[in-house]
Amino acid sequence: MEIVPIGDSALIVRMRDRFDDAPEQTLDAVLRAFRQLRHSAIPGAIELAPAYTSIAVFFDPIVAAKASEIPDDIFDWLNTRIRAAVAGVGDPGRKRRSTSRTIEIPVCYDREFALDIGDVAKGANISPDEVIHLHSAARYRVACIGFVPGFPFLTGLPKKLVTPRRDVPRKEIPPGSVGIGGAQTGIYPLRSPGGWNLIGRTPLRLFDPQKNPPTLLNAGERVRFRPIARDEFESLKR
Amino acid sequence: MSVIVERAGFLTSVQDLGRAGYREVGVSSGGALDSFGLRVANLLVGNDESAAGLEITLGGLQLRFEDERVVAWCGGEFDVQSGSKMMPPGHMACLHAGDELKFARPRVGCRAWLAISGGIDVPIVLGSRSTDLRARFGGFEGRTLRDGEVIPLATGEALSSPSAGISSWTAPHDWVRPAKPKPILRFIRGVDWNRFKASTLRRLTSETFAISPDSDRMGVRLDGPDLKRVDESDLVSEAVAPGTLQVPPSGKPILLLGDCQTIGGYPKIAHVITVDLGIAAQLCAGDYVRFSEVSLADAHRFLFERERQLELFRVGVSLHTS
Repeated sequence: MEIVPIGDSALIVRMRDRFDDAPEQTLDAVLRAFRQLRHSAIPGAIELAPAYTSIAVFFDPIVAAKASEIPDDIFDWLNTRIRAAVAGVGDPGRKRRSTSRTIEIPVCYDREFALDIGDVAKGANISPDEVIHLHSAARYRVACIGFVPGFPFLTGLPKKLVTPRRDVPRKEIPPGSVGIGGAQTGIYPLRSPGGWNLIGRTPLRLFDPQKNPPTLLNAGERVRFRPIARDEFESLKR
Repeated sequence: MSVIVERAGFLTSVQDLGRAGYREVGVSSGGALDSFGLRVANLLVGNDESAAGLEITLGGLQLRFEDERVVAWCGGEFDVQSGSKMMPPGHMACLHAGDELKFARPRVGCRAWLAISGGIDVPIVLGSRSTDLRARFGGFEGRTLRDGEVIPLATGEALSSPSAGISSWTAPHDWVRPAKPKPILRFIRGVDWNRFKASTLRRLTSETFAISPDSDRMGVRLDGPDLKRVDESDLVSEAVAPGTLQVPPSGKPILLLGDCQTIGGYPKIAHVITVDLGIAAQLCAGDYVRFSEVSLADAHRFLFERERQLELFRVGVSLHTS
């Protein structure tokens, strides 16, 4: 584990250097540290942001300095506090989510929503129907949420479906679009630009700022896609 | 009670000190890009420092007040007028029902923050009144203001007669006029500093970078010497922060601002320090910027010193207005 500053008001706690060689164990370690940091409420800490191999801690240096015994070096002080928190015994969130819940996301893979399924199929040398089958049969895990509010980066994409991002990103992608970008799959929660290959669309809303929590998915949760027909898409959307 | 937007100008949005606590689900902090400037303006009008105000980009804003309000602003070199009276930054002014306030195009810099006594009274969404322009929520209907709109104001604490007109005393010059031509931004080394060639690192601090026109609240795009890496290996995405100077494969760095996305996969060569983010918020197309390195301990020291000065100023303001 290493702790490095990203500016004077944030730092990154890096649990491992690599992610791809052991995604499950890395995510488990990151999420455990994330819960421990949240639970330990370090003075001055404002918010946390887990991502793949690391957890960022955003802090108010002024509040931290007031609480610190060494106000001249609050980075050093935070470093010590963070190490103590992460090394602490037990996992405050363990009992609640001993088995991370699996969320089922209905997806309509109709051609109208699957603008790039042909490219994905061609790359894998299979038919579009096989793409749908492979994509919906796999089990995924949310590695992190980012890019735009509520956007889940999912690991677990079958190797055959790995497809490079489009050369020219689209200026606007409709909300709910399901895409493949490299070895990951994800869902665009909001109208936004993007370069992933679109293979379907979900009627579910992934980000709603009027709700608390505002997102459907959180880092660490498990996801599977259920293919649905167009009429079910329309009725779920209502 | 409200204020009428006669002309919304180029880009005006409701902002407070930003959103905290939702970064883990991809929500940016956002808020006034010069949060210190907004705090000072709020202090001057008797608001809580975290009250929502207006962030004005490139001017063109014209407001008409429906009741008596105290106003103050900080930011770039804008000509601001109420009727025939010029209103410089860092002063407080008492406006009456029917009075207008106009922001012309700035000569230097690009943004200003206006505080109005009482504060802008839009709903709190995810803990803040700030407009998230990218995700289209918060602020006034999740978007920039439009001509003719009526913006709700909260009731201000009745100031004991801020004698009509514009105050003669002012907040410190550096706080209220952060814009300067060809500024130098101070930074601490980025987490990926060692991924860059020694010659690149020298160029970062010795050369001048031009601000590219496709800059916005997410980030300032810079044009200058190519910042070349030692290796081109892909990095695992991790958090970025306002102030982060990231370098995409093009070698043209992007200085991230308040609306930046929460995570990124580009190497982080440097991080501009918090006390200089108000200067960074003034960079616009046609400007130039340079960088100079400081230690993390210095970055903290500058921040603590500014906060100590603000503490003294707070006491000063309360003496002037009581």
